[in-house]
Formats: sequence, C-alpha cells, structure tokens
Amino acid sequence: MNVTLIFLAVIGAIIVWWLAGQRLTSKPWLETGSVQLPDHHSADPQQPPVPAVKIGLFVFLGVVGALFSLAVSAYFMRMASADWWATPVPRLLWVNTAALASSSVALQWAKREAGHGRMESLRPVLAAAFALAVFFLVGQIQAWRELTAAGYVLADNPANSFFYMLTGLHGLHILGGLTVLAHTTVRAFASDVQPDRLRLSLDLSAIYSHFMLAVWLLLFSLFAGWANDFVDLCRTLLT
Amino acid sequence: MVEIPSGSAGAIPSAEVEDVELYHPRSWWTKYVFSQDAKIIAVQYSVTAISIGLVALVLSWLMRLQLAFPGYFTFIDADHYYQFITMHGMIMVIYLLTALFLGGFGNYLIPLMVGARDMVFPYANMLSYWIYLLAVLILAAGFFAPGGPTGAGWTLYPPQAVLSGTPGGKDWGILLMLTSLIVFIIGFTMGGLNYVVTVLQGRARGMTLMRMPLTVWGIFTATVMALLAFPALFVACVMMLFDRLLGTSFFMPAIVEMGEQLQHGGGSPILFQHLFWFFGHPEVYIVALPAFGIVSDLISTHARKNIFGYRMMVWAIVIIGALSFIVWAHHMYVSGMNPAFGFFFATTTLIIAIPTAIKVYNWVLTLWRGDIHLTLPMLFALAFIVTFVNGGLTGLFLGNVVVDVPLSDTMFVVAHFHMVMGVAPILVIFGAIYHWYPKVTGRMLNETLGQIHFWTTFLGTYAIFFPMHYLGLLGVPRRYFELGETAFVPPSAHTLNIFITVMALIVGAGQMVFLFNLVWSLFRGKEAGGNPWRATTLEWQTPQTPPVHGNWGKDLPVVYRWAYDYSVPGAAEDFIPQTVPASGGVTREVPA
Repeated sequence: MNVTLIFLAVIGAIIVWWLAGQRLTSKPWLETGSVQLPDHHSADPQQPPVPAVKIGLFVFLGVVGALFSLAVSAYFMRMASADWWATPVPRLLWVNTAALASSSVALQWAKREAGHGRMESLRPVLAAAFALAVFFLVGQIQAWRELTAAGYVLADNPANSFFYMLTGLHGLHILGGLTVLAHTTVRAFASDVQPDRLRLSLDLSAIYSHFMLAVWLLLFSLFAGWANDFVDLCRTLLT
Repeated sequence: MVEIPSGSAGAIPSAEVEDVELYHPRSWWTKYVFSQDAKIIAVQYSVTAISIGLVALVLSWLMRLQLAFPGYFTFIDADHYYQFITMHGMIMVIYLLTALFLGGFGNYLIPLMVGARDMVFPYANMLSYWIYLLAVLILAAGFFAPGGPTGAGWTLYPPQAVLSGTPGGKDWGILLMLTSLIVFIIGFTMGGLNYVVTVLQGRARGMTLMRMPLTVWGIFTATVMALLAFPALFVACVMMLFDRLLGTSFFMPAIVEMGEQLQHGGGSPILFQHLFWFFGHPEVYIVALPAFGIVSDLISTHARKNIFGYRMMVWAIVIIGALSFIVWAHHMYVSGMNPAFGFFFATTTLIIAIPTAIKVYNWVLTLWRGDIHLTLPMLFALAFIVTFVNGGLTGLFLGNVVVDVPLSDTMFVVAHFHMVMGVAPILVIFGAIYHWYPKVTGRMLNETLGQIHFWTTFLGTYAIFFPMHYLGLLGVPRRYFELGETAFVPPSAHTLNIFITVMALIVGAGQMVFLFNLVWSLFRGKEAGGNPWRATTLEWQTPQTPPVHGNWGKDLPVVYRWAYDYSVPGAAEDFIPQTVPASGGVTREVPA
C-alpha cells in the first residue's frame, strides 16, 4: 500500500496547501458585517475565475489517480509471491506510447491555436489528436492479441492478469476521454463555432490527455520492469 | 479575495441572473422524475435509500428470530442466515447510510446552505441518482436470482466468497453484489464531484469557508474522503470479478474445493483485506462526519447558543478525515499480519480519539447554559452524543491489539459497531429529518408520534446492544447460525438472546410509526412557515417554503455573518440570520 500512501500524501499536501489559503484561523464570530467575495465571485476582470468544470476535472483526476495508485499497490503486493513471472513487453507498446504522446502534444497544440483564435488551423491538429488516440486504443488491442497468440493468456500468471486488467482500465479511461473529444472535434468543425466554449473544451481535453499519458508512462515502466529496480531501491532504503 | 466592509453595500457586485441561465424543466417528467433539481434528487435518493433500508431492517428481524429461537423457524436455514447477514450489512452501510447522508442530505442541504441555485453539474447529478437506483435494483435482484444473494458476509472475504460452500459463491449472488457495488461507485463519483465542486465554486457572496455551517463541512469532508476511498473497493470488486469469472488468481490461493484442485494458485486473500479496509475504515467516517456536522447544527439551533469552538470543530473534522486513511489495518489484527504493523495501527487508531473527544466536549459545552428546547431534533441529537460516546469507548478497547484478539470474533464487536456506526448515525438521520422536514414539505412532523418514535428507538436500541456487549464478553461468537451446546455459554445467554430479539422487534415496530408520521404529516401536518426553528442558516431564509427551483428569487443571498449568531447580547431576537447586515454600522474590526 506504499504507492497509495505516497499518492495520498501528495493529495494531502495539495489539500493542506489549498486550506492554508482559506483563512482557517480566522474568527468568524468576530467578523460580522464584512463580505468577503469567494474567488469565483471576484470582480477583477484581469483574472477570470476558474470555471467549475475545470475544478471538477481536477477532482475527477484525483479519483482516477486514487484508482490507479491502488491498482498499482495491489500489483506490487501480489508481485512479492513466488508464482510471478514477468510478462514480456510487446514491441508494439512502444509505437502505442509514441501515438499517445503525439496525441497529447497535438491536443496541446490545438489548444494553443484556439488560444490565438486560429480556428481554421486547429481543425486538422484536433482531428490528428483524435486519430492518434484511436490508434493507441487499436494498438493496445493488437498488443493483447499478440500476447494471447504467444500463449500469455489472462489467467495463466498474475503478471499477465495485471497486465490485461491495468491496460484494460487505462483503455476504458482513454475511451471515455475519446467520447468527449469526439464531441469537441465535431463542434470544432461545425459552422457556428463558439470560440470560448471550444477553448475551454480543448483546455480540459488537453489536461485529461496529459494525465492519462502520465498514467500510461507509469504503467509502461511497471510492465517493462524499470519501476521494479526503483521499488527495490526504495525497499532497501526503508528496511 | 476581495473584502468589502458592511457600510458600502453598493460595492457588492450584483449576482442577478438572467432568466435564461436557469434550467427550466419543461414537463412533469423532467420536473419530478428525470429532474435536475438537487432538491428533487435529494428526495429521490432518500426515498430509495429508506426503502432498501426497510428490506435490511426486515432481514435483521429474521436474523434475530433465528438467534433467539434456533430451529423454530424452519424457513431460515444456515445459508439463508448468512445471506441475511450479508445483505443487511451491505445495505445498511452503503446503500442506506452513505446514500442517505451524501446523496440525500448532501443534495438537499449543500446548495441551500451555501447559497447556490443548484449543484454545479445538474445533469451529472441526475445521472448519479439513476445509476444509484440501478445499483440498488441489481443488489435487490440477488434475492430473486438462482441460488439467492451472496452469503459471504458484508466484507466479502475471498476465497470463501467465490467458492461453492458459500451461498451465491458459484451462483449469481456474488456477481450481482460485485456488479452492484461497481455501479454504485460510478454513480457516487458523479454525485461526489458535484458536492465537492459546489462547495468550492457555488458559494454565495460573503460565504467564506469559515462561515459555512458545520453540516456542510461534514458532508464536504466526507465526500472528499469517499472519492478517495471508494476506488479501493472498486479495484477490489473488479479483481474479484476477474477471479470468479475469468479464472485469474489475484486473491485466490491454491485451493481444494469438494475434493477437486481448483485452477487458482498463489493469490493473496490478505491483499483483498488491505484493499477492502482501505475503503472500509474511511467508510465509517464517511458516515460519521456528516452526522457530526448535522448534530452540531441541531444542538446549536435548539439550544439557542453559538457552537462552542467552531474553529476546533472544523479542524477536528479535517483531521479525523485525514487520520482515518491510516488506520485501516486495525480491522486485520487477527489476519496474521506483522505484529509491528498492529502496534502502528493501534497507535493511529487511538490518536483519532483526540479530535473526536474535542468534538464531544464542544457539543457538551455548547449545551452548557444554553436555552435548551427539548424538541424532537434536540432529543435525537442528545441521544446521539450519549450513544456515540458509548460506542466510541468500546472502540478504545477494540483498538488495542491484545484486547481485540480475544474479542474480535464475539458479539462484542457486533455491539460496538452497531452502537457507533449503526445507531448513532441513524439517530442523527432521524433528528435531521425532524429538523428539515418542515423545509422540504412545508409542514411539521407530528410531535406525539415523534415522541413515541424517539423513546422506542432510543431506549430500545440500548436494550438491544448493551446486553450484546455482555454476551461478547461471555465469549458468544458472532457470525454463528446457532450456538448449539457449548460449555462456556450459560443458559442465561439464551434468555438474553430472546430478550434482545423481542426488543429488536419492538424497535422495528417503532420505525413503522415514523414512516406513518412521514406520510400522514405530508397531508395533515401543521403548517410550518418559512423558519419554524428560528434558525440562522441560509436554507431557512428562502423566499418560498418549500424552496422552488433556483432556490432564491432573482438575486442570490449575501452572507454577512457566520452561521451561529444565536442569543447575541443586545440583539432584538435570539437569532440573527446569516443574511442580516451588521446593524447601525457597528462593525467590529476585522483582524488582518
């Protein structure tokens, strides 16, 4: 559960940092009459308030992070038993990783184009980002098929089971992001584009996509075995 | 953060909304069934949760009948008994308490108490309820599935949960249970995002975090915890589904079932326990923190006195929330884990007693020299304090490894957690319903029926669970279908079991009075008016009662003071609503 505890410590640090700015030591019973405007009511035009959906997305990413850190904790705990043989990493995963990373980069690019108001040039970039993410998903399924064909089936070994479960969970999250992205893409190609809404959607999609890329890189390093050396090092330090 | 002194009211930016910004339901269906109004969703959540809770109540009667009169009721066999235990536990903890506190009270109270028009994502909020309903239906389908619901115990420990010796292990039971939990968690996440972001982003002008009523603090913190803890249950359920359906060995060790070697091997049942209790312990506080918050508001309002140590109360809620994530393994002292871990977890467990004790002292000090009105909400709040202290004290026993080991498998544990996380939160739920029913319906609940309900419930639950501690100390084991002949259990224990069962039936009957009251008062109850309890918080200041869609008229409320200005010296009334500006320009200096 160490991975989970580290994740929780990070979340806890964020919460403490946020609470520190909320005047938790104020004495509300003495402050009758004053009206402090919460940030989202700020009248300052220079700093538009953070939209609620964006906060919502960050909270959701916290939940997704908890999910994956727990699954990874389980991975490490199960790994300690004697019947564990690491699953080989299909070469295709490198291609998939490249596709997912490019998709993320493309989204960031599209977001920048939208920020400059260049609606025409963002469309192909956005379409490319969408296609690359689809490519990643198809590639993942292809990787599953290669592994199964090579005899590494789901129930054979716990390493295989975790490989399929974790990639599956990650894939489902990518799929969920894709449905939203599809919606955004369709809207970007519509004739009456609302630049503000599109900018927000692209911003959110980019954040989500970067986060899922980070999760994938961590999972990939886990499957490839690099994370294990690091974990061994941590274990030696702890004991 | 911009700060505006009270004299210059004109400087407060207007928060009037254009009419189009409000979502307007177009038909009866979208107004009352597929509603996006948090208040309707709250009622839907509450009715569903209470309905499935009644099923769990009946299950507890059946279990008690079996324990008191073993062999008398032939339709209850060992398999059924375990199914009753499992479903009773799971329904009460997750589908009733969690759903009612967060989905019910959270939906109703958060937008009203922070001065918002609605939740920030109304559509996701609606989905959250319908997914919850789906989860309840999947769960209830277990009763009609071949083989019946699962009988694995509410903790669903593998390997037994998915083996043929356990009811539902190789049938539909366990599958439906796991699926239902997964669906519940997905639905809850949608609702949970709403509760958190509404508190963060939906607060009215002037509603700083430290002016929020403690109810909102409790529900907010509990939701953050639930969002972080439920994924553990999610992962555990998914992995167990894989083990059961696809033959993997996440949790399943090499095992021989009915003389046949199973495919599984090498899996770790302890891994499941870690995941389960990583969710399971925060779950206790997910239920308790909203109760803490609500009870603080009930006590302050009905004792006409500001809450004692508001800042401490807020900090204690946050600290309890944080600590509850590092105590999970105290549920696993007897699982064979490293004793050094046991020592660590015993320490963290006992540390939680400090912020909890702060809360109890502050409730008592709020009552001290208060103008206590023994209304129904107040009675329930007082009963909660007593019950929670009683249940909490036995928690100190069980938190110690050496005391826990002999007691762990006895009725003592059953008595402990029923007092602390069964009866105590339920008492708060009742108190809260008596308190807010007038706002929800516009009518008061009947006082006489309420008194009958209160005294039956309060005295009755003590008659049930106090003797159970004694049974536990005698060594009467929990989870047993029948005791049979044992050397160490005296015959008097059987007599006591009969007494407990009779009391359980009486308490159950008392709840029928409550249900009757809910329905009867809806039509015949006394008209309540907008603010029958003369309370300060925003939900009592709505222009209409019950509040209409959008909650506030054209302009959102502005908050000038904290939520506990009761019996302020020199004030005309013994309460000053949060929306009232400081009178006559007497603004106290705000320390920077």
